[in-house]
Amino acid sequence: MTQKDLQIFVNGTVNYFKQLTDSGAQMDVPFLKKPGETVALDITGVIGISGVKKGIIYFTASSDMLRDVVKTILGTENPDLASIVDIAGEIANTIAGNAREAFGADFMISIPLVVEGPPKNIRIPNEVPVFVIPIRWKDHRSFLVVGIQ
Amino acid sequence: MKLLIVDDSNIIRKAIQKYLAEFGLEIVGEAGDGRTALTLFRETSPDVVTMDITMPEMDGLETLSEMRKISDSPKIIIVTALKDKATALDALQKGASGFLAKPFTEAQLKEEIGRAIGRAS
Repeated sequence: MTQKDLQIFVNGTVNYFKQLTDSGAQMDVPFLKKPGETVALDITGVIGISGVKKGIIYFTASSDMLRDVVKTILGTENPDLASIVDIAGEIANTIAGNAREAFGADFMISIPLVVEGPPKNIRIPNEVPVFVIPIRWKDHRSFLVVGIQ
Repeated sequence: MKLLIVDDSNIIRKAIQKYLAEFGLEIVGEAGDGRTALTLFRETSPDVVTMDITMPEMDGLETLSEMRKISDSPKIIIVTALKDKATALDALQKGASGFLAKPFTEAQLKEEIGRAIGRAS
């Protein structure tokens, strides 16, 4: 994955949160995930990538952040757990799907898989560098993790 | 006018309901996959459908094609994260009445549906 490819996902993340709230989100400097290092918060939405690129993309966040996102979208004070879980998959799906604008229609994305807790079963090919994009939105931190060829 | 909402995300279905609450559309059904959407399409004869693409069971483009075999009349608006031009063109060729990329705002949704049904948003 090139620097230009990484920028596509940074831009997609910025765009998602800009649509959500006027203030948008801040991206910290992306870093390479170390082998064996787990980058996971409370809830993780995972998208498998196939076609012209292969690998995975996942968005991981605290349940507090996801609750705030749901509250912002729906205007409800007490979102249910199903909605909080669902939005993790939807954010991952939206950022991955938007990347097709740059990569083209052969950048195939799976339906989201949502995992609560550390995603132990996510397999990223060893030869693929895995980039972590830290995201700050309001007082919350989350990560977009991109491991594609 | 009757509205059918099709998306595998319950948040998106709820958001569409909320954004269109005052838009004069009666929600006659919701589906989280293409097969359920087809059943509801036959049962409820909607005038407007919002249709996601990436869904389990049957994706939105195939569901769109199947719906068009049943009827040309309803306005079917694709609402998807797949933002590339080829997908938009494919959807229009399969009979979509409009195309809206996620993430979307309330104003963008109303504008796209308003355009499809010939009403100012």
